[in-house]
Amino acid sequence: MHELSVCQALIGQVVNVAREHQATAVKTVNVRIGPLSGVEPDLLAQAFPLAAAGTVAEAAQLVIESLPIRVHCDKCGAETAAVANRLVCGTCGDWHTRLVSGDEMLLASVELAK
Amino acid sequence: MCETCGCNITPGNAHLARRKNDQSQDAVTVLKNLLSANDQQAAHNRQHFDRHGVLALNLMSSPGAGKTVLLEATIAELKNEFRIAVIEGDLETENDAARIRAQGVPAVQITTGTACHLDAHMVHGALHHINLPDVDILFIENVGNLVCPASFDLGQHRNVTLLSVTEGDDKPAKYPVMFRAADLVLLTKTDLLPVLDDFDPARAERCVRDLANPGPVLRLSAKKRDGLAAWFGWLRAERAAQRERARRGQILRPAIQPDGARFHAQDAPLLRFHSTAL
Repeated sequence: MHELSVCQALIGQVVNVAREHQATAVKTVNVRIGPLSGVEPDLLAQAFPLAAAGTVAEAAQLVIESLPIRVHCDKCGAETAAVANRLVCGTCGDWHTRLVSGDEMLLASVELAK
Repeated sequence: MCETCGCNITPGNAHLARRKNDQSQDAVTVLKNLLSANDQQAAHNRQHFDRHGVLALNLMSSPGAGKTVLLEATIAELKNEFRIAVIEGDLETENDAARIRAQGVPAVQITTGTACHLDAHMVHGALHHINLPDVDILFIENVGNLVCPASFDLGQHRNVTLLSVTEGDDKPAKYPVMFRAADLVLLTKTDLLPVLDDFDPARAERCVRDLANPGPVLRLSAKKRDGLAAWFGWLRAERAAQRERARRGQILRPAIQPDGARFHAQDAPLLRFHSTAL
């Protein structure tokens, strides 16, 4: 529900990068989103054109890389895949785990036109 | 809400995204959290709190889970023990701030309009109306919403998430981002349990553990003043720990911080209190 806010923050960063590199336009914006970030990729993609309108990034393509959820088990040491509402160890089933991937919302890179 | 969530963008108007065919390209690696501007402001807020030894708590829940009545009961019990201040977040009205002020403590109301969450900039604006040297515990009552508030660091030290027993014991499984972020879960309105046959507190707690969240799960009824002793005990312990951290110059961040993001981000904050595997 807050994807437009997130997108506006994203565009703010992209505009800064473009300015630093004296770019005339932004071609591509690459982001990485994990399911536990609280950001829905589809909503982010929908909000992007609105947030980008009127900026140096208004013609940019948003590319979203979805990252997997993976947990490291404190009990048995295994690193396994998990789903958002069940972050237990896939090997021994214990819940004493730590997330190693899956809650990212990162601006990975931008491709600029000069 | 539509302005906030972006659902007013349809396939019909999405053509705003025009493509250009520039020849020269320059790829720049950034690797920053999308909300890094918010995170920087949150870090600034946290510095304010730590400078004055203030314990800042972010209260989150669905609308109507009992955040304000919990604060009323808490202030009534602890206002002679701690100097308390409250920031209230709602889309509209000053109703909640008025309820807090009636308890004799300062309250600042943030009305967010359409925004479904508080962010660090809003909280910073509210801090200008609070004299932090006169505060021991600052409660930030977030907008009632089990989704968005979990993604925004406000500068708080701890997240407290309320789940009222009328909502259903599987809420942590349905809203994992929110309940994973909780340092403390409060099952509220437990006086209603005798008339509810479909809420099992043990099941609610299991759902929290399934999120790998080791935080305490306490049961209470603020209205009936039942089960509050454990909550007050948690507050006293957190307040004492915050004073000690402030004295040593240590910084505490709540569980909300995305672990994975920091593994991969270049601007990773250096201070973290829960260890993570690489």
